Amino acid sequence: MPWGSRMSFVSVRGLDKHFPVRGAGWLSRRNGPAPVVRAVDGISFDIDRGRTLGLVGESGCGKSTVARCVTRLLAPSAGTIRIGDKQLDRLEGEPLRAARRDVQMVFQDPLAALNPRMSVERAVSEPLRLHTTLSPAEQRERVREILTEVGLRTDAMGRYPHELSGGQRQRVNIARALACAPSFVVLDEPTSALDVSLRARVILMLEELRERLGLTYLFISHDLATVKYLAQRVVVMYLGTVVEEADTDELFAHPRHPYTRALLAAVPVPDPKVRGEPFVLSGEIPSPLERHEGCPLRSRCPMASAICAQPVVPREVSPGHVVACHFA
Amino acid sequence: MSVLAQDIADDRDDDIVAPTARWRRAARWLRRNPVSAAAIVVISLLVFVAVFAPVLEPYKPDVPDPMAVLKPPSWAHPLGTDGFGRDVLSRIIDATTLDLSIALAATLVALSIGMVVGALSGYRGGWVDLIVLRLVDVLMAFPAFVLAMGITAALGNSIANVAIALSMTQLPAYIRLVRGEMLRVRTLEYAEAAVSIGNPSWRVALVHLLPNCLPPLTVQATLAMGYAVLTMASLSFIGLGIAPPQSEWGSMTADGATYMSTGEWWLFVFPGVAIVMTVLAFNLVGDALRDLLDPRLRGTR
Amino acid sequence: MSALLEVEDLSVEFATDDGVVSAVDGVTLSARAGEILGIVGESGSGKSVLISAILRLVRPPGRIVSGRLRFEGNDLLALPEAELEAIRGARIALVPQTPRTSLNPLMTVGRQVERLLRLHRGMDKRAAREAAIAMLERVRIPDPKRRAGQYAHELSGGMCQRVMIAMALATEPRLLLADEPTTGLDVSIGARILELLRQLGEESGAAIILVTHDLGVVAQTCHRVAVMHAGQLSELAEVDELFERPLHPYTRALVRSIPRIDQQIALKPIAGTVPSLVNVRPGCRYVRRCPDALAACRRQRPPLIVAGNGHRVACHAVGQSNVVR
Repeated sequence: MPWGSRMSFVSVRGLDKHFPVRGAGWLSRRNGPAPVVRAVDGISFDIDRGRTLGLVGESGCGKSTVARCVTRLLAPSAGTIRIGDKQLDRLEGEPLRAARRDVQMVFQDPLAALNPRMSVERAVSEPLRLHTTLSPAEQRERVREILTEVGLRTDAMGRYPHELSGGQRQRVNIARALACAPSFVVLDEPTSALDVSLRARVILMLEELRERLGLTYLFISHDLATVKYLAQRVVVMYLGTVVEEADTDELFAHPRHPYTRALLAAVPVPDPKVRGEPFVLSGEIPSPLERHEGCPLRSRCPMASAICAQPVVPREVSPGHVVACHFA
Repeated sequence: MSVLAQDIADDRDDDIVAPTARWRRAARWLRRNPVSAAAIVVISLLVFVAVFAPVLEPYKPDVPDPMAVLKPPSWAHPLGTDGFGRDVLSRIIDATTLDLSIALAATLVALSIGMVVGALSGYRGGWVDLIVLRLVDVLMAFPAFVLAMGITAALGNSIANVAIALSMTQLPAYIRLVRGEMLRVRTLEYAEAAVSIGNPSWRVALVHLLPNCLPPLTVQATLAMGYAVLTMASLSFIGLGIAPPQSEWGSMTADGATYMSTGEWWLFVFPGVAIVMTVLAFNLVGDALRDLLDPRLRGTR
Repeated sequence: MSALLEVEDLSVEFATDDGVVSAVDGVTLSARAGEILGIVGESGSGKSVLISAILRLVRPPGRIVSGRLRFEGNDLLALPEAELEAIRGARIALVPQTPRTSLNPLMTVGRQVERLLRLHRGMDKRAAREAAIAMLERVRIPDPKRRAGQYAHELSGGMCQRVMIAMALATEPRLLLADEPTTGLDVSIGARILELLRQLGEESGAAIILVTHDLGVVAQTCHRVAVMHAGQLSELAEVDELFERPLHPYTRALVRSIPRIDQQIALKPIAGTVPSLVNVRPGCRYVRRCPDALAACRRQRPPLIVAGNGHRVACHAVGQSNVVR
């Protein structure tokens, strides 16, 4: 399928997010520019309308920072973010606030994402209060509607977060995000904090909602199996950069980047007869402060050689499959 | 059946334990903490007396009776009479209204201002926060009592000024407490969620986050009530508080102290006991609130 | 291979204000030397309480209400606290769930290993220091001498976990309990920790009990598997046998509800939710979620029946069918 055409619904280009290093006072700046952590470094991706893009990576790769930049919870240091016809990176103040109606986020920890002092009804009706002119009675009706959509009983409306189960809480989060009928939803590890048996239900529900309501998802997760199930296209991140990008089936069948290969090899398959290819990276994920020129995986890659000190240029190795590796 | 329809059917069979009714939990707690229960009873009693003082006092508090000057406790005057023949019991009852209502007013005013200032300052950070912090530091540099003395000495000792003085001594603590809680709470995910659904900053700080910063405030406020009563009494004791002939525990104790050498013990013991009992009761309730709120916060499901 | 640890019909209850919570209900299993037993279950399955019970660390308002617990032939339920303290940490060791918070933040990791060695092996300071560095090396921490002088917050999650494993193995235990050792760690780090556990288990010949909610971890690491649901043992089998021939409806439903990277399966979520354990009704606790439920399931907890080849299952429906040999 032709992704990344100019008609893509969500388009992110050259997204950067730098954080100044704490405690690095003016003395360290004598020798050059202030040290920064490049949490996100030049990320670009497209999402077609009604599709799911999976963003995978381990801790420190910057995927949560990407999520927060795309939803403008953080201000990007550089880059453009286009959602539909809105240039989100350029909006401020009231226009930004109004644009939030269309761009929503579902957070990882269902309990922490709900205000402990707000009832379910109050929490889910909040977006309606902020963005619509519905009367309180109409709001209540809409809340009932959306709670039913996510499979919650309407008598949950008066309950508080601590009175709900983990699965129910996550559904309230999803209901809140969908209350104003957004077109784009960013899901930041929505199933990671849930029990194994609950994940399947939430996954299937998210699928159904996407199809029925015509939503576009950016699905962020470290759980590759869930991403494989939900996403049509996958972006793999490492230390703030994209190392590989491809359609889901292609990526899982023919991973080209050493990091992707190592990641897939490390996922334990629930079948004792299936053993992954033993592809292992040495060492641990380095601190983002220690970024050097060239390939970020250089210090750990079994295939590393002299050329890896050179900056890597992403190459398309097959239609729609882009890899950032000198050897791919 | 679609997944969602199945889910609704499943939820109907959900047997999540309904949380125990709040009053039942409270009753259980009271049974286990008799001292705190007693303190709550004392405070309720005080409030009752304060509200119904005009009905409860056997004599008019400021009507002197030259026939019954300096009489020790008797059936006619259970707590004795003072140098003007006024009934001590009636005066103590009358003073209850004044002491409690000024302490309450001062606390409420300080709370309202402190909450909003602390919340906005903690949420925004930056130079606003810096300025607020420095102002708080200035206020806290004075020992609370010295500050109260200074304000009443400068403004005069009317009821309103005493209330203002008491407010100002409490204000810095509330600002810092709320600000501290706000610093913790603004990094939580529901704070981010409030922003992401489109709330402007001030709404996030005041409507979403502030209610979650209140628990330590309730403890502080309860303790502060006791301290306010004490401060007011102390101010009156040194002559900077409420002026006579208005009955007030502190000034009564001060007057009574001059009779220590002549043996009319009932003139300073009973007002003193009133002060001690009130302050102690508030302290105990404050401690109990702290214990009650703390483990619950950590023990939520 | 005789069993190092024998758990027989063990039940643990907690007395709470809302009623009695039956956290573990009649669980029977055993751990053998040189073998990794996986205990898999979701939250509320009782697996963590079971670990506490094995360590005799269940404190009021919880208590072990029935059953037998034998370790190296000794009845753990009858031993006084003094003897239990000698066993805990020395012959039965625990690798707890969150490594970083289990380490003392104010002491270097080397010192913490040293203290353990001096306490349980009676070593003097110098010997303990050398042994501690050797332990860190054994768990494959690079540059162990330097790392020994670091504090918990200076180490990554994976490193902290290795330190915990070093501490657990420092006393050469016969039984190692690992409670969700890879939860919270990145996938690639977790894979290496599991590999480490497997190798160390083989080297030392200790019995390892691995508690996890991840069927993948169990499939790739364990020799035998116990599946728990709501405090009850559902199924117990060799790992190959369990995945090839899952008998208990819960095990089967669990396998079908997990997305996989090696195949595209039709995800089928498990019906219902884990029942509340407060004042729980008698019988099988999977009954409200089970498509094969019988009348007997509501009345009586299914006994553990043998289905051949060391495969045990607690299910009335399976018992009635002709699967049991």
